Amino acid sequence: MQEAKEQASARDFTSPQVLEPWTGIKKVAHEEYYTSGHRTCQGCESAQMMRLLAKAAGPRTIVVGATGCMYVANTTYYSTPWVLPWMHTQLGSAGSAATGTAAGLRALMRKGKMDKEPINVIAVCGDGGGADMGLSAISAALQHTQYNLLVMLYDNESYANTDIQISGSSPYGVNTSFSPPGKLHRIMHKHWKKNTAPMLAVGHPDCRYVATVVASNAVDTLNKVRRALSIGGPTFLHSLNPCPKGWDYDPKYSQQIGELAVETGIWPLYEIEDRKLKMYGKSQHIASGVVKRKPVSEYLLRQGRFAHFTQEDIARVQARTDEMWEKWFLPGVIALSGA
Amino acid sequence: MSAVDTAIPTPKKSPLDVVIAPRTENEELISGSEAIAHAVRLANVDVITAYPIRPYDTVMQYVSKMIADGDFDCEFIVAESEHSQFEIVKHASAVGARVFAGSSGVGWFYAFEALAVTAGLRLPMVAMVGNRALDDPGAFGVEHNDALAVRDLGWMLCWVSTAQEALDTALIAYRVAEDPRIFLPCAISCDGAFLTHSQSIVKVPSQAMVDSFLPRYDRGDKRLHPDNPITIAPQVNEDWLMEMRRQSDEAARRASDVLIEAYRDFNAKFGRGGEPFIERYMMDDAEVALVGMGTMAMPVKVAVRKMREQGKKVGFVRVRWFRPFPTRELQDALADVHAVGVIDRDFSFGSAFFSGVLANELRSALYPAKKKNQPKILSFIAGLGGREVSTGNVMKMTKTVFDAANGVGTDAQDTYWIGARE
Repeated sequence: MQEAKEQASARDFTSPQVLEPWTGIKKVAHEEYYTSGHRTCQGCESAQMMRLLAKAAGPRTIVVGATGCMYVANTTYYSTPWVLPWMHTQLGSAGSAATGTAAGLRALMRKGKMDKEPINVIAVCGDGGGADMGLSAISAALQHTQYNLLVMLYDNESYANTDIQISGSSPYGVNTSFSPPGKLHRIMHKHWKKNTAPMLAVGHPDCRYVATVVASNAVDTLNKVRRALSIGGPTFLHSLNPCPKGWDYDPKYSQQIGELAVETGIWPLYEIEDRKLKMYGKSQHIASGVVKRKPVSEYLLRQGRFAHFTQEDIARVQARTDEMWEKWFLPGVIALSGA
Repeated sequence: MSAVDTAIPTPKKSPLDVVIAPRTENEELISGSEAIAHAVRLANVDVITAYPIRPYDTVMQYVSKMIADGDFDCEFIVAESEHSQFEIVKHASAVGARVFAGSSGVGWFYAFEALAVTAGLRLPMVAMVGNRALDDPGAFGVEHNDALAVRDLGWMLCWVSTAQEALDTALIAYRVAEDPRIFLPCAISCDGAFLTHSQSIVKVPSQAMVDSFLPRYDRGDKRLHPDNPITIAPQVNEDWLMEMRRQSDEAARRASDVLIEAYRDFNAKFGRGGEPFIERYMMDDAEVALVGMGTMAMPVKVAVRKMREQGKKVGFVRVRWFRPFPTRELQDALADVHAVGVIDRDFSFGSAFFSGVLANELRSALYPAKKKNQPKILSFIAGLGGREVSTGNVMKMTKTVFDAANGVGTDAQDTYWIGARE
């Protein structure tokens, strides 16, 4: 009964907004919805990612943000960079916050307590909030196919807001304040980076859209945000965000380092729409063999967080990266192999 | 404030009594959980989240059946943890939805971070706590330590003793929590099994009656919406946190008056509801008093009646609201007794006199009273983990309280464990 009533009277608010892709940098809207008023570090790619996210989503959007850099460094009381309505949520609650916001709007619109219109609901979380503590809530959110929402994980590969500690999304061997190289142990962090986006895509067959982005590829990022918000249901974006403070490099190189992550094959750009994988940009060229991957040393040696690496460590990262592209069932994406 | 200020006029005697809605109520044989499910249906709640844990979760079984049968329209979400359960409704409340959730025991504690920020953000969530022991060691039965844990966070907190009171209090809770003067969450505590699962005859009011009592939730300029692009819950640090805590404190102080208003209106419209904050039972000429919360009221009242038949002047005060704590009402109710026995279905290990939580709270409340009015206060720990509190237990406790009143054989600072094996 409820469903029929909704379909008859309210296609307008149960459907997502229609956000057409921007066909080039010149077609991108001029309006900014994430502006001055934050105190993020110089060269912060996570902040750049927030700017692209807000720009792509447009004004009829609510953003909820889990604890992390993009909460603490963004919203200091009496100032805010958000032109959009924004609300903090707990570290592990990005998925729940998006679900609750979407459910509240839907109930109020269905019951005639609020004007009916499609409103974008976006939750952002860092790698601590997304890949570690908030993973189960994001998993649950991706099962709620009745709600249109987007969870964006901005991954700077550490708990960067609390003095740079390792997360489940930190790369092998990295120097953080919880994994400092020492006299006995050169490598304290021996885990491989969690492969969050494919895990969520594969594990949630009704989630229609999962994609990876990097801020240095701005148009691609904008259009993936717009696609994620337009397709309907819950969606997930995973962005890699170079962090001058945590990764230890000159802030002016943020975009170069983001590009190098893609060019070395460490951070593949792809989307998984309705269970179909499509590689993007340079990652597509790598996958199809048109372009050869750059050696990972070009990426690692630019960052102080890997300064303690020996040739042996670099070779280890290179070997694992080669394996990603040469041995994986879906190269660069899914680490299964056929029987 | 004396008893006169808070006394509720009975509707029939009050010249101001105006019955707006027709008094059409169905009498139904239902449990405390089902009574609360009816209340959230009648309150037209917008978003409800569930997660299974005994014994509170029966309320969600009734809610989901009402939705399945088309009797109730709301977003019903089964969360993947209590933390998410309470975070989801917290955010739904921020966009203006009326919300309901609940939990028990360690489930309530799994949600604790969300519970803290819900109060900090002044979001008027109404929650049911089906009181349960904090296992391990595993126990399904009632203890009050679960709900009591939020007592310092800005939650309003009450205990009900019957299914009727559960339904009525849930309606009152929405009205007070969502009042813009208050905007604080409210937890309704229901003793596990004894109330959540026990059936009694309950008057279920009509929608028109409830609509005349409960206005719509309007978050005003604090609603999160693209037309009102505010930033909620930024970092305030040492610059502003004290002022914001102070604002919450002022809201918690205002809650007493708003509750009195709501009970007055509820009594007028429904012809029941009683005195807010406390229930006084045979207290008029009492020389000693027992104090407790929740369903233990039943054996205590039976025992008090028996002892009255034997000529013992004992009365009972049931604390209905723990937050705001009824300091003035308890000072008034206990002004003329010589000794008080507080029966706690909880404990506070290592606390002053190793007492129950209610006992020590009452000691604080009565401390400023005039010396001559200062009764001796004894703490009894009873009924933990759902163990029965019998009328025999109550009579034994009362004897100890009389002894304290007469200065015989007891130290007023003692704490007694009742019915525990040695």
